[in-house]
Amino acid sequence: MRTEALPRPRAAEDGLVARLVAGSTLPILTIAAAVVLIWYVAAIFLNAPVLRDSYERAGRAGVTTQELIADAWAMERPILPAPHQVAFELNKTVFQIDPTSRRSLVYHAWVTLSSALLGFAMGALLGIVLAVGIVHVRTLERSLMPWIIASQTIPILAIAPMIIVVLAAVGIVGLVPKAFISAYLCFFPVTIGMVKGLTSPEPIQLDLMRTYSASTGQTFFMLRWPSALPYLFASLKVAVALAVVGAIVGELPTGAQAGIGARLLAGSYYGQTIQIWAALIGAAVLAGLSVALVGLVERITLRHMGARP
Amino acid sequence: MSARRDFALICFIALGLIGFALPLGGGSAWTAHGLSAFLWALALGIAAWLVILPPAIGVATGLALVATVVAAFVPLRLIGAGAGGVDAPGLWCAVLALGFLAWRAMERLATFGHETGSKAANLAVPALFGAWLLYLWQVITQGFAIPPVLLPAPSMIGHALVEAQRTLAEDFVQTFVKSVIPGYLMGCAAGFVVAILVDRSPFLQRGLLPVGNLVSALPIVGVAPIMVMWFGFDWQSKAAVVVIMTFFPMLVNTIAGLAATSHIERDLMRTYAASYGQTMVSVRLPAAMPFIFNALKINSTLALIGAIVAEFFGTPILGMGFRISTEVGRMNISMVWATIAVAAVAGSAFYGLLALLERRFTFWHPSFRQRA
Repeated sequence: MRTEALPRPRAAEDGLVARLVAGSTLPILTIAAAVVLIWYVAAIFLNAPVLRDSYERAGRAGVTTQELIADAWAMERPILPAPHQVAFELNKTVFQIDPTSRRSLVYHAWVTLSSALLGFAMGALLGIVLAVGIVHVRTLERSLMPWIIASQTIPILAIAPMIIVVLAAVGIVGLVPKAFISAYLCFFPVTIGMVKGLTSPEPIQLDLMRTYSASTGQTFFMLRWPSALPYLFASLKVAVALAVVGAIVGELPTGAQAGIGARLLAGSYYGQTIQIWAALIGAAVLAGLSVALVGLVERITLRHMGARP
Repeated sequence: MSARRDFALICFIALGLIGFALPLGGGSAWTAHGLSAFLWALALGIAAWLVILPPAIGVATGLALVATVVAAFVPLRLIGAGAGGVDAPGLWCAVLALGFLAWRAMERLATFGHETGSKAANLAVPALFGAWLLYLWQVITQGFAIPPVLLPAPSMIGHALVEAQRTLAEDFVQTFVKSVIPGYLMGCAAGFVVAILVDRSPFLQRGLLPVGNLVSALPIVGVAPIMVMWFGFDWQSKAAVVVIMTFFPMLVNTIAGLAATSHIERDLMRTYAASYGQTMVSVRLPAAMPFIFNALKINSTLALIGAIVAEFFGTPILGMGFRISTEVGRMNISMVWATIAVAAVAGSAFYGLLALLERRFTFWHPSFRQRA
């Protein structure tokens, strides 16, 4: 049901330029360029007051605008670092430092990713099991479903620190508590998506299964499960991004030991804004890569099942 | 009602009778608790009646509920009298049996609600389920004497709720009224306005939609420390986090919603010689409503999370996030749970209000059609 608002003209017949304009590459690049531009301008305006103060204290008068801009883009602890400063920091912490070192962003990203993936696996499994129960038992649908929705209005991200502290008191430390938080965030989209997916077969298809005298299990594995897979993958993409968020927030209260969240917290303690932004970009890349990975698995699985690309 | 269906009740009776024979811990037995034993026997008797001579569905539902309530008093009374711990198999057997009874009552109620279409029964099922979870939490934390530092019993949380009313109310005002609501309104409005503005430019839309989708999936709460650095400790920084968190879902959903009308509808408007504005107001915006409400609902939970997390990075001495982090430090966990309860109730009420509005404004949507 694509419509006029988002036209996709026949690209193959046109030239390269027309194809760029018609596709989504050029628009995305334009938006990205605009973001970078606004970022640079914002960096000047946000950093200027601090710089003017420092000029006054240093007794430097008559600083030209050019100098001001150059300084605003090269501050040690800027209010808003310029994009290239963040890029340099990323380059330094990702490529220049040994990945096993604690100063490497790769090391911290790996810590976050491992607990996010563990939580993702637990959450996805829980979500699927709940959905299967809800689809097959009416009492569960009636009693559990409202609570599953209500469970997400509890700001789990906000109480994540407490869960970490409490679990640490019982002796559960390391990956698992963070994974619990990721799992709690993950299971919801999976349950909702899978309930929708498992009930997506048409009554006529279910009737056909009945005429074959198929058991509930056979109906499940031959009809319901395959038709739920597209819904499952759509939910898994949402869930894996949430898992990364959960892992990062879970790292905040551990006293900045390791992980992207710890980098954020340490950066905010010591005013290292460039480090915060680098960690943020790192988190964004991590979330983007996980979503892309699930997308890849989706494409392979669905193609294997005979879906047309 | 076939015999297979009463499996849960038979389990209740069997486990209940086994529980009668087992010790209750602390050296006491059922014989020492006359009233509890009587109530337990009463519940077993009702269950036996339901199994042997199943009455009509309405009566059976009522009786199952009565039996559940009567039986639910027993473990509470026993624990109050000192029973519990790992050496009380009789008690835990009774709790397990009670689970089967409660399940059966819920099943009855769900069937009853399904057959009669009674709204009260349909509401009572999840209520009963929630009550059962709370009950289980209470019985387990008290029965096993779990230290309140780890997990306080619901009764203690309720006590903290009543005790610290004023503090909780002030926190609520600081976080919800001052940070969440302004941030939510600004973020949603900004997303909506930008979506309308770029509506005329398919080029910008094609650029913004993937970027917006990407940003919606990013851990935006990470900007919280930056916002606190920029806007200071008071509510402004929290509102700013909320604005950023709510902007992109709204933008993406509105753009998608504005594209949801089909050619035939817009062609019809063209034959009416309707202007861009008229088409927008009378066709495309109403068609976008379900998408917009979807974004509003997603944002309602995001907003609360954003504000509370932002409070971890610095606040005046008020606010739910501040309360949670300081009370954790003071090991006053029941206060933390009381704050969580307030946040959950506020979040659910917010969500529920939006769901009601959605029903009011998008009643025509297929998802609200009466299920046959």
